Amino acid sequence: MIKSYDSNDYDVIVVGAGHAGCEAALASAKMGEKTLLLTISLDMVAFMPCNPSVGGPAKGTVVREIDALGGQMGKSIDATYIQMRMLNTGKGPAVQALRAQADKWKYHEHMKNVIENTPNLTLRQATVDELIVENGICKGLITNTGARYYAKSVVLTTGTSARGRIYIGELNYSSGPNNTIPAIKLSENLEKLGFKLRRFKTGTPPRVNSNTIDYSKTEEEPGDKTPRHFSFESRDEDYLKEQVSCWMTYTNQATHEIINDNLSRSPMFSGQIKGVGPRYCPSIETKIVRFADKPRHQIFLEPEGKDTKEVYVGDFSTSMPEEIQLKMLHSVAGLEHAEMMRPGYAIEYDVVDPWQLKHTLETKIIKNLFTAGQMNGTSGYEEAAGQGLIAGINAALRAAGKPGFTLGRDKAYIGVLIDDLVTKGTEEPYRLLTSRAEYRLILRNDNADLRLTDYGYELGLISQQRYDQFLTKKEQIKKATNVLQNITIHPEKKVQKYLTQIGEGQMTAGIRADLFLRRPRVKIVDIEQLSGVSISNDRYVKEQIEINVKYAGYIQKEQQQIDRLHRQEAKKIPTKIDYEAIEGLATEARQKFEKIRPETIAQAERISGVNPADIAILSVYVQNGHYAKVKR
Amino acid sequence: MAQTLTEFDTIAAISTPIGEGGISIVRMSGDAAVEIANRVFKGGNLLKVSSHTIHYGHIIDPENNQVIDEVMVSVMLAPKTFTREDIVEINCHGGIVVTNRILQLLLKSGARMAEPGEFTKRAFVNGRIDLTQAESVMDIVRAKTDRARQVAEKQLEGGLLKKIRAMRQQILDTLANVEVNIDYPEYDADTITAEQITKVSKAVIEKIDEMLKTATEGTILRNGLATAIIGQPNVGKSSLLNYLTKSDTAIVTDVAGTTRDTLEEYISVKGVPLKLIDTAGIRATDNKVEKIGVERSKQALAQADLVLLLFDASRKLSLEDRALIKATNHKKRIAVLNKTDLGQRISVEEIKKLTGSKVIATSILREKNLDLLEQAINELFFSGIENSNDQIMVTNQRQVGLLEKAKKQLQDVIAALDSEVPLDIAQIDFTGAWNTLGEITGESSPDELINELFSQFCLGK
Repeated sequence: MIKSYDSNDYDVIVVGAGHAGCEAALASAKMGEKTLLLTISLDMVAFMPCNPSVGGPAKGTVVREIDALGGQMGKSIDATYIQMRMLNTGKGPAVQALRAQADKWKYHEHMKNVIENTPNLTLRQATVDELIVENGICKGLITNTGARYYAKSVVLTTGTSARGRIYIGELNYSSGPNNTIPAIKLSENLEKLGFKLRRFKTGTPPRVNSNTIDYSKTEEEPGDKTPRHFSFESRDEDYLKEQVSCWMTYTNQATHEIINDNLSRSPMFSGQIKGVGPRYCPSIETKIVRFADKPRHQIFLEPEGKDTKEVYVGDFSTSMPEEIQLKMLHSVAGLEHAEMMRPGYAIEYDVVDPWQLKHTLETKIIKNLFTAGQMNGTSGYEEAAGQGLIAGINAALRAAGKPGFTLGRDKAYIGVLIDDLVTKGTEEPYRLLTSRAEYRLILRNDNADLRLTDYGYELGLISQQRYDQFLTKKEQIKKATNVLQNITIHPEKKVQKYLTQIGEGQMTAGIRADLFLRRPRVKIVDIEQLSGVSISNDRYVKEQIEINVKYAGYIQKEQQQIDRLHRQEAKKIPTKIDYEAIEGLATEARQKFEKIRPETIAQAERISGVNPADIAILSVYVQNGHYAKVKR
Repeated sequence: MAQTLTEFDTIAAISTPIGEGGISIVRMSGDAAVEIANRVFKGGNLLKVSSHTIHYGHIIDPENNQVIDEVMVSVMLAPKTFTREDIVEINCHGGIVVTNRILQLLLKSGARMAEPGEFTKRAFVNGRIDLTQAESVMDIVRAKTDRARQVAEKQLEGGLLKKIRAMRQQILDTLANVEVNIDYPEYDADTITAEQITKVSKAVIEKIDEMLKTATEGTILRNGLATAIIGQPNVGKSSLLNYLTKSDTAIVTDVAGTTRDTLEEYISVKGVPLKLIDTAGIRATDNKVEKIGVERSKQALAQADLVLLLFDASRKLSLEDRALIKATNHKKRIAVLNKTDLGQRISVEEIKKLTGSKVIATSILREKNLDLLEQAINELFFSGIENSNDQIMVTNQRQVGLLEKAKKQLQDVIAALDSEVPLDIAQIDFTGAWNTLGEITGESSPDELINELFSQFCLGK
């Protein structure tokens, strides 16, 4: 028995220093709360145990949102990327997505360094065994070394460490990600406190030595030349010129045969793994079984950093025995002689069913306790970081005795993510997709700052200097829009010639430049040239105007839907509502309302399996915090 | 998504009982009520009139400028209205066909068909009705939504559900592909093109048009439930007819496409629109020696959605009675045991056994138990009789409205793609159409798309 002792008191304690924990701790410390960040291993701070990349559709926008709110992820990836690409450039502005290949070790070091140098923040290596809970209120925690810490609020971000178990073929053992120590006792403690936990599964592919890859048999995927960044503070002149390429190859019939012949040895198929895995990130064996008619599957070879030869074999996640993994790798073009440095593995871990949380990510049953990241059933570094930031902000606000902070579905992808989790729960590791957002033309990559900087500033996470710059940009957009509206484009020769060149119809009369810009192929820079008037020197300002003008009709459509959402959100449901007392509710609706306890009519509408009649009954029963009297 | 009932857009409905009274009122409530009315009103700019004023003019179809009816339009602006929203009431006097047509025009112009009890509900939700009155509102909402749901479900059992599901699936297949191209830009899923989306949009519009045709031209939609009163001579058909039509208040309308001599009578029984078939025949032959009772009834039967089969309780069941039972076996029917005041020689049980239908024992002359008959008609109506011809019902102008909306959204998709708007933006309306169709079937759910994504495509990280 370890003898326990009273250690220091803090305002906020964050457990786990992955992508969620780092954002939570930094936000809390920056908001002026005395913060402790505990991690099982200091060498795993902001570590990427799976793919060495940040961003992509929806996820990239989350990183921009984190940055606009004053979070760290965007800055750290901008400082440590080895390749940057804008995806979906051929598509509309709503779905363009930035993605970076990260230098895995540099990213970890950068984040650790920022944390070490942040005032109010203590970073310490420790494994948490138990929470101190009195009368349903979390007061602190106890570590395996016996240290007892007290705090005003606690954030748990256990990732895949909670009762983690790694599977490689017939081999399986208790472990956190990347062979770290798992957290066992904390899970038991959470169950004892009344939380419903469930098992999820995820996996990672093998890593191979770059020197042993025959790149001539693969296709190159280089980075972009046009400078782009995640953080609104990063500058174009710092854009990396010498970028590292990724490479693409394919599985083939031989690979598929090896897999099919050895399916019984995969713990996914032998029934050993009970946890639910993500549909969007299936193991290679799952893909081959489910899509048997596909002759080949893509594989992306992604370097894990500049100073390492380790290469991540993307889309080749597997829990086959090592022996089979080697055979599978060697069957792929370019990897015939590849040396495997680490085998792929599947990992099972505990998650908290997220309907047990509020939108602030505070748990419903234990006050002052927050959870974030993969332990809430999500997957992905960006999803984790976004939640960590919100949990950290709310833990700090709670410690300071201030009301909570939440983001709506119309404000941010982070809002969509959290609302989905707490309203619908999740049956598999949850990944953010652009198709999960109703208003994606409003939740764009390019306007994250315009959407969220005000909040970041009010919370104290955005510096005055940056806020002033932001206000200037807003002012410039206003001014430049005015300039544009005051330009008239006349049907002169050069204009008609330009229209012919870009394949647009001729014009018959003069027209205001903003209306002219509505023509699909007309660009704002062309208007500057044709009119000889400079609209703005800032390409980001021009970008905003171009999008706002070109897609005004569609933006307005989404805005109307948002207005409706706000009306429904204004209808609060009293927290003490007794659903049993409402006559006429369908049984399924009653049970779901009881379980999720929606805070507004808008949220109630989004619960699956609840029909319009039930919403009608509920909204009549509940009026702005009052109940209607109904006889039983 | 559970939106239909709570959406605070502009709603419209005929607020007078169908077929009763000389003047019908079509009422609208919501932000866009005045604007929508103005689109179909000729006789002044309603947008500029003061609140609580009434205006003379005509309702016109903006598509062809055809005059629909001469009307008086009341404009009442929020908040001093019943719902505390802008309200427009169109007083028209063209009878059921014209009233329906006006409603349809409003739905086409942006209003949504009100759900049962929705005006009252809005009045409550907007604080117009006191909380203590909530209980009765609750009852209305509960009863009516349940019934509306029932009707919808019954209708959906028919071909409508299948057709709409097929359209939605067609859109969904394409939509999932669009989404995959966005969320997994590097994957080797086929890239969907503007041409493909345009093609699907056109195909779905074509199907919607087919359905709208049956909806707008369907006899039930226009005319109410075709009802035949059948029975032996002197059984009381005429009395029942007179009772139902209350003669002097019945509205007699000539239906487009039919000749003057087949005038039909439209009545409303507890809000259920009935078209009485061959009333002329009943009137002409009653109190005379009917030579052709069964023959004539058979003709009426052919068109009927509902049969009111009359028996004379004071006489024993005749062979002819049995023949009529047999002839109406395949129809929805209500058996009416008349003249129970003259001594019962046929029992309710006997008729029940023979017909398997609901039996009402009455005395039409003494107006005994006629309310039970009306109740029975009402119940039958709301429990699926309208399915008999696989037609879309008059109650479902909501569906017509949603079909029109989906069509408009798909037309917007085609227009947008035509002017080279990016796919993922034109897709906003494409998704919109899919959701709108889902509102008809009550199946719209965002998770559906996500599930489709993962079942169709092999995706990985």
